[in-house]
Amino acid sequence: MKKLRKAAAVTLSLALGLSMATGASADDAVYRTLDEIKEDGTINIGVFSDKNPFGYVDENGEYQGYDIYLANRLGEDLGVEINFVSTEAANRVEYLQTGKVDIILANFTVTDERAEQVDFALPYMNVALGVVSPDSRVIESLDDLGEDDQVIVISGTTAETYLIENYPDLKLQKYDSYATAKNALENGNGVCWANDNTEVIAYALQNEGYTVGIPSLGSQDTIAPAVSKGNESLLNWLNEEITALGEEQFFHAAYEATLADTYGMDYEESLVVEGGVTAEPQSEGATEAELTAAEEVTEAE
Amino acid sequence: MPDLGLEVLFKGKNMARILGGLGVALQISLVSVCISIPLGILLGALMTWKNPVTKAILRLYLEIIRIMPQMVLLFLVYFGTTRAFGWDLSGEASAIIVFTLWGTAEMSDLVRGALISIPVHQYESSAALGLTKAQTYLYIIIPQTIRRLIPLSINLITRMIKTTSLILMIGVVEVLKVAQQIIEANRMASPNAAFGVYLTVLVLYFIACWPISMLAKYLEKRWR
Repeated sequence: MKKLRKAAAVTLSLALGLSMATGASADDAVYRTLDEIKEDGTINIGVFSDKNPFGYVDENGEYQGYDIYLANRLGEDLGVEINFVSTEAANRVEYLQTGKVDIILANFTVTDERAEQVDFALPYMNVALGVVSPDSRVIESLDDLGEDDQVIVISGTTAETYLIENYPDLKLQKYDSYATAKNALENGNGVCWANDNTEVIAYALQNEGYTVGIPSLGSQDTIAPAVSKGNESLLNWLNEEITALGEEQFFHAAYEATLADTYGMDYEESLVVEGGVTAEPQSEGATEAELTAAEEVTEAE
Repeated sequence: MPDLGLEVLFKGKNMARILGGLGVALQISLVSVCISIPLGILLGALMTWKNPVTKAILRLYLEIIRIMPQMVLLFLVYFGTTRAFGWDLSGEASAIIVFTLWGTAEMSDLVRGALISIPVHQYESSAALGLTKAQTYLYIIIPQTIRRLIPLSINLITRMIKTTSLILMIGVVEVLKVAQQIIEANRMASPNAAFGVYLTVLVLYFIACWPISMLAKYLEKRWR
């Protein structure tokens, strides 16, 4: 899947280059302002349609998930209808740059590179890496690993890049797909498996005998809504809305309604960002308890 | 029998959704086929002209379309036209434009190939028999060309149907996207559903393409 995305990204940039080369510079205002959206009565929101539990389509053809929960509320508070647009990881930026959607709410991780191309609003979720291991030997820090211990990763993921950069001596066992990595862990080929923390948490909950020893590793990133670069009226409204929603603990309610089934209640505090207020950056290998404590401190402020 | 997770297809409206997705794919590909076949025949005939200007223009068009991956063409038409000209084409319209451009280009080259593969003595013999130019084409050249074209154009049509799986990248929810949505929505409840659902997609593509192959077989036999 990651490889496919990479191929799509290359294709996309090629297409972009060509479309730029075809001449005429783009219209200055590709986006629609807040007033224009209200006047039109419909907002276009780009979401994932196949990323359960963040954005997916249920058996009745209705969009569901954590991102959708927020989208529905935004539509309600703006007083407009929502037109959901099914996006892919590789074309999210392009949708905003051409103004084909007004907001992207598709599990969009905030990165410096992306922030140059789109404007991110306040975050509403945390993401980091996590490590899952069998109950018989729970790995709580990568420093505990011995000479012969191997770590399972999926090629092309952020986990692989992070471990190569920060733990160059670690022995990695690389797999191409989620399914093969899962088999490898179950067969004991490696002592633990590093991946996005949401993935390993969900894995440990669904499979008896496995524990997430390291729920948060590396840099703590956030997920946020994004609008076209320069669309200040919409961005400001979104930020005010997210702050206001924090007062009614909206994102906790969203977690309980959409994510609790997958991740359980234990991770609510570490995954949810309420009212756009994030915790201080975590130290490497922070345990779940530390993470929760840090979140609570922020909330108390 | 292994658990294929086929039960997910019978949940809610899933069956209707996946068939609807096939409908979208077929609609886009067949509309494009209906436009590109006559256009391709026309351009293919023009390509056999000795005029260097039309030859060069048609050659350039063909090469550009042939070199470019369909994915790039889709992005160019869907996003590129918005960037360059401010047009807001829908995903479906962009897909039809791209598939028509592609189908026309490939069809024209097939027609050109079929036309020039008719040996010169066929023209000369019909002239010797006293047939006019129109009669030569009507009774000698065109029937032979069509027979040569059938397998080639069936290939192109089925390829166009299958390539619609790319249009999910420009936001059109077709059969493959619906399949992915169904698999992901049931990731926890039926982890094995991927195999069964993709198998269903395979069967659906087969059902869509098989009659076209059969038609080709029938026509080839009839016009032997």
